[in-house]
Amino acid sequence: MKEIVVISGKGGTGKTSIVASFAALAKNIVLADCDVDAADLHLVLHPNIKQTSDFSGGKQASVITEKCTGCGKCQEVCNFNAVLFNGPANDVVEKTCTIDPISCEGCGVCVHFCPNDAIEFKDAVNGQWFISDTRFGPMVHARLGIAEENSGKLVTLIRKEAKRIASEQNKDLLIIDGSPGIGCPVIASITGADIVLVITEPTLSGKHDLVRVADLTAGFNIPTLVAINKFDLNPDIAEQIEEDACKRNVRVVGKIRYDKAFTKAQIMKCSVVEYTGSAVSQDVKALWRNVTYAF
Amino acid sequence: MKIAITSTGQTLDSLVDERFGRAAYFSIVDTETMDFSVIENENVAAAGGAGISSARAVIDTGAEAVLTGNCGPNAERALSAAGVKLYTGVTGTVSEALELFRNGKLTEADGPNVQSHFGTGN
Amino acid sequence: MKIAIASGKGGTGKTTIAVNLAASYARMGRRVQYLDCDVEEPNGHIFLKPKIDLSQIVTVDVPQVDLKKCTGCGKCSEICQYSAIVHLKENNVLTFEQLCHSCGGCLRVCPADAIKQKPLNIGDIEFGKTGEIDFIGGKLYIGYVRTVSLIKEVKRHIRQDSLAIIDVPPGTSCPVVEAVKGVDFVLLVTEPTPFGLNDLKIAVGLVREMNLPFAVIINRYGIGDDEVEKYCKTENIEIALKLPDDRRIAEAYSVGKMIVDVLPEYKKDFSGLYESVSQRLKG
Repeated sequence: MKEIVVISGKGGTGKTSIVASFAALAKNIVLADCDVDAADLHLVLHPNIKQTSDFSGGKQASVITEKCTGCGKCQEVCNFNAVLFNGPANDVVEKTCTIDPISCEGCGVCVHFCPNDAIEFKDAVNGQWFISDTRFGPMVHARLGIAEENSGKLVTLIRKEAKRIASEQNKDLLIIDGSPGIGCPVIASITGADIVLVITEPTLSGKHDLVRVADLTAGFNIPTLVAINKFDLNPDIAEQIEEDACKRNVRVVGKIRYDKAFTKAQIMKCSVVEYTGSAVSQDVKALWRNVTYAF
Repeated sequence: MKIAITSTGQTLDSLVDERFGRAAYFSIVDTETMDFSVIENENVAAAGGAGISSARAVIDTGAEAVLTGNCGPNAERALSAAGVKLYTGVTGTVSEALELFRNGKLTEADGPNVQSHFGTGN
Repeated sequence: MKIAIASGKGGTGKTTIAVNLAASYARMGRRVQYLDCDVEEPNGHIFLKPKIDLSQIVTVDVPQVDLKKCTGCGKCSEICQYSAIVHLKENNVLTFEQLCHSCGGCLRVCPADAIKQKPLNIGDIEFGKTGEIDFIGGKLYIGYVRTVSLIKEVKRHIRQDSLAIIDVPPGTSCPVVEAVKGVDFVLLVTEPTPFGLNDLKIAVGLVREMNLPFAVIINRYGIGDDEVEKYCKTENIEIALKLPDDRRIAEAYSVGKMIVDVLPEYKKDFSGLYESVSQRLKG
């Protein structure tokens, strides 16, 4: 089983649309959406959810109102200003303490110092993850709650489940829609993968971010390929990106022209290659062929 | 001496787990008496700092050496601070790794051999 | 006044809106600050090209252990949820500064007073000028997790006598919460596409939970469908600006040029944007 992760330094480069097209072109696959902050792959693949599970990224403190004496020790020791005196009255005090879940970093210091054991420290539910069926094969994906931190943990979990399914069902390929940026989530999406494909665009921001991403993948010794989306928007910068890529030993394996079919396909809730057979679709198919040669 | 081998299962025939911080199990073997025990690694799905917590778990067993596939910088620092010797690049089964170690065929690592986060995707 | 420019996903044109709004307002002779809080992927400088006058290192407090005083009780290690301080055998305590969240737990719990704070560099803030705009941009060092602390520090430089335009990181996670906290108004930038709508809904959920007044900007208007407009209508959300899908805008973006510089016909859109926001806040 091979594993390819599609990533982009910045958002909006067409990463998810390209993943959906690969899903349509490839055979015998499992899909994983590790872009959990802006999970969009499901909008094109219409997963039929088979299994839903809670995800916990860490712990969270919460006050047990009946036990709180309003002494304020928790507020004194909290470095995140997460403790408020706005809880309901109990037998002892008029106002009890509460903890603002958005500000709480789950450090547990208040739990330790509360003289009345009035603070619980439980796994927080930060979102849900799903195992689903799609027209191209099984898919593992997730939905994070609002203002929840996306650590690499959820990404790791999704990849692990996708791999398990791939090996159980004898799938040939795992296609991953990776996280954007250069932080913990993207590192968790690429480690140990066979190939990373970076989707960029010919803009100064795209060029700037590609260099950062390429340095990151080089650090993990993962063979890295690049595709330039909307390359004809600025052929000069596209060329500079090819030169930058070359210097870093990463290969540009595809160039996709600017075409509104990308957006139209999204609106029809299908991939570009299903939507049209025109030139842009040929570009994506050529990219896919080059990626398969690279395996 | 006691050594810890990262393993994917709970027997001597299990494969060596290539990850340290997120290894499934640690097989603990006394190389003189050949006493063998297995501890489950609670840090497999830790949110962060798995390598460090795993290093602590191994140190607490009294192991003096670790045999594994890959080890990142944080775990390496913790192990070396506790005087635990580190052998990376080890493959095969637990018993094969043990034999290589007993026969002095393994070379001690002089530092971490992968970056942080290596084992998160496996 | 403080206006935050945010979006549920990256690549919707958040920075484009932020820099053009800042520039058009500054050209009306007002004091404007542009604050780049997208500290993991700062891009505002590409367009504003500020002359940097000052660069400041931002630090956070992390523990430093005095091993002579340490009794080896291991309490620091027990309280730390982030594996940032680890007690090994006897009085051997290691710190992993990059993982520290500065909760102060170890300092408080140490019975031997063996732990002190010391500063750790997590990123830079650059101060500069570009025309009439005060530029303040944060940049987090690669491999560091203290995004929120750096954003907090960038926002500390907001001046009351200026219009502060805050470029927010994409998404809806903790750094976004920190960046929009306490602003007077949020502009949510989206695209008229299924992906845009999906991510907009999540962003709307966030600003509503935080009780912040907000409006939507539809970028690349005309490229997709009318679902975003329908959604805004149903939810009673104001659409503050529709910026048409214009290849020239994309081309200007690609070379780091601002719309208000190269496409003067759009100037009134950005000056009108500020007026409508301030009108709304008054009314």
